[in-house]
Amino acid sequence: MKFVHSAVAGIAAVALVACAPSTAPTSGGGDSKSGTLRVWLYDEPNRAPKEKVVGEAIKEFTAAHAGVKVEVTYIPTTPARHEKFKGAFNDPSSSPDVAEYGNTDLAEYAAAGGFADLTADLQGLDVNADLLKSASVDGKVYGLPWFIGVRALYYRTDVFEELGLKPPASVEELTKTARDIRGKKPDLYGIAVGGEYTFGALPFVWGAGGDITSLDSPESRKGVKAYTDLLSDDICPPQACASLTGGKTVELFASGKAAMGILGNFSRSAVDAGVAAGKYQVVPLPGYEKGSVAPAFAGGNNLGVMKNAQHRSLAADFVKLLGGKQYQTKMYEAMGNLPTLSGARDELAAKDPFLKPFLETVAKGTKFVPIHPGWVKIDNGKVIPTMLQKVATKQASVDEATTEAATAVKTALGSS
Amino acid sequence: MTAMAAGVTAGSHRARARRGRGRVRPWLYLLPALAVLVPLFGYPVYMLGLLSVFDYRQAQVSGGQPTTFVGFGNYATLLGDARFWSVLLQTVGFAAALVVGTLAVGAALAVLMTRIGTVPRVALSLAALAAWAAPAMTGSTVWMFLFDADLGLVNQVLGIDGFNWFFDKWVTFGVVGATVVWHSFPFVMVTLYAGIQAVPGSVLEAASLDGASTWQSFWRVIVPILRPLITIVVIQSIIWDFKIFTQIYVMTNGGGIAGQNTVLNVYAYQTAFGSSEYGLGSAIGVVMTLILLVVTMFYIRALHRTGEKL
Repeated sequence: MKFVHSAVAGIAAVALVACAPSTAPTSGGGDSKSGTLRVWLYDEPNRAPKEKVVGEAIKEFTAAHAGVKVEVTYIPTTPARHEKFKGAFNDPSSSPDVAEYGNTDLAEYAAAGGFADLTADLQGLDVNADLLKSASVDGKVYGLPWFIGVRALYYRTDVFEELGLKPPASVEELTKTARDIRGKKPDLYGIAVGGEYTFGALPFVWGAGGDITSLDSPESRKGVKAYTDLLSDDICPPQACASLTGGKTVELFASGKAAMGILGNFSRSAVDAGVAAGKYQVVPLPGYEKGSVAPAFAGGNNLGVMKNAQHRSLAADFVKLLGGKQYQTKMYEAMGNLPTLSGARDELAAKDPFLKPFLETVAKGTKFVPIHPGWVKIDNGKVIPTMLQKVATKQASVDEATTEAATAVKTALGSS
Repeated sequence: MTAMAAGVTAGSHRARARRGRGRVRPWLYLLPALAVLVPLFGYPVYMLGLLSVFDYRQAQVSGGQPTTFVGFGNYATLLGDARFWSVLLQTVGFAAALVVGTLAVGAALAVLMTRIGTVPRVALSLAALAAWAAPAMTGSTVWMFLFDADLGLVNQVLGIDGFNWFFDKWVTFGVVGATVVWHSFPFVMVTLYAGIQAVPGSVLEAASLDGASTWQSFWRVIVPILRPLITIVVIQSIIWDFKIFTQIYVMTNGGGIAGQNTVLNVYAYQTAFGSSEYGLGSAIGVVMTLILLVVTMFYIRALHRTGEKL
């Protein structure tokens, strides 16, 4: 019986292996010094200023490299981008030389073997270690961090003034302030937080000393509790807030329905377009110690060289130019993206006071999601939102929800 | 009627074929259809089955890592996942409720259509056809706006501003279910209306002469005559409602609060395809195909019986 069983399984295995699904040929690229350098950049809702900066960089690049042309393609930032990238990894002839990519996508792309190791090319880069980590897998650097976005605490100056409040300097003060505001102004949410707002919740976890990979640790639990305490009837009622995404909290704050919000530097224009315009200030999101800053998530985009690139050295040169200090500064002026190079940031901080709280947050240290292909699974499977929502809607205690989430994280990170 | 004609010709064909040149000819007739269907359906199903026994992720597709045979490993992962079972159960329950809802609304409106004047009938069928023609994405988004907590028309009319329809699990299922029914009742309505129109007037007249009330003649005369049609409509609805994805995905933002409104297709998308776990995703695909195959077998049986009975 057992023999028959294994024999059948064996035959099936042979039959199947004989016709295993196809994989792309593993070919390296080339190092041609002339021809057309192909570049993929993310499309933006308002692309013209970005295009202008990139155009200037290309002009400088082609002036220095005779006989080289640069062709830029703008690719969508929708989930369809994954398909484009996968296509480029699978088919060398449709691969660009240089590509911009979101740093949370990196682990998956690196595991797929899509990007070239740039460790040697980027030696001595003026980027702090936290940020370089968001472009590295297993100690190898797969891209130049081009820009980042960082979140901080926006608050309504008019509301704070009227109620005689000061911007909170610790998580405890934040919770109390938020409760006071809703108590005195019941039509306002104390702070706009959301059950689906992963990157709003993570600073609370990181600040307490926890991490995504240890969600069931006492530190992480403290963070989860602190964040979900904000999702209560006397601050941001779960009925309205449990299903909010980060984007929705921006809307709430901008439309004047919330007295505070954890928003990014990239949300400035959205807030300025709403009724909160001109009536807000920004401070770093506080940590647990009075006066401390909670570590922010360093989300941003990198510039990488594809493994299938036909112009390996030219591509690396172009990355260094477009990702250099001059063009990072220009990209901030054009798009509002925070530069990753410390030198460029210092210059900007002096110029634009709005950036001060964000840059202060970056300087205090940022955190990143696990650099592992399994992160995509954690993200797609909504592990962290589910955990937050279960606690906020009292379907589970903090201990139960975090244990469940920790198991899911472990499975996702363990299986590949 | 056509079914009857087809049944008759098929029968006589069969008889003649048996007398004549054996059983090759029916296959010859089927050949053009098979030539299209086998490559179009057979190959993808074959690939689906093949992928489901491999550890096949993006890294394997692009050649970064070797492809490994894992046998029934993907199936073991899937069947060992408690969440899969709870989602499956939830999907079956939700689909059952949708089928009942769709049928009740469709049948009620079909009967109504036979009893109203031309103008309201045309208006009703146009409205139903519009709902039918609306893409699932558009319809879901519009319903979502209607039920928006702060700006939705429903809350404004009911005067319950700020009430979140997508907070409680069952209320959410109710709203999404209503959207799905709204999308799918027109098919049932049109089919049954056509069926009712084909019921001979003399039969109904005879029933009423014998003293049957409207209610009685519906249940005792129309329903038995339409039984084959109803069977087909029911099974079609089961297949559609079991595969529900768009409405849930759009209206509950991918499964609702803490994933409480997840159905099988959304689960498959989130755990597998969205994460480039093509092997595991294929295993889910195979399991769904098997479940639907069973339902389809009933469907084919029902179709077959239609031919025999009439």
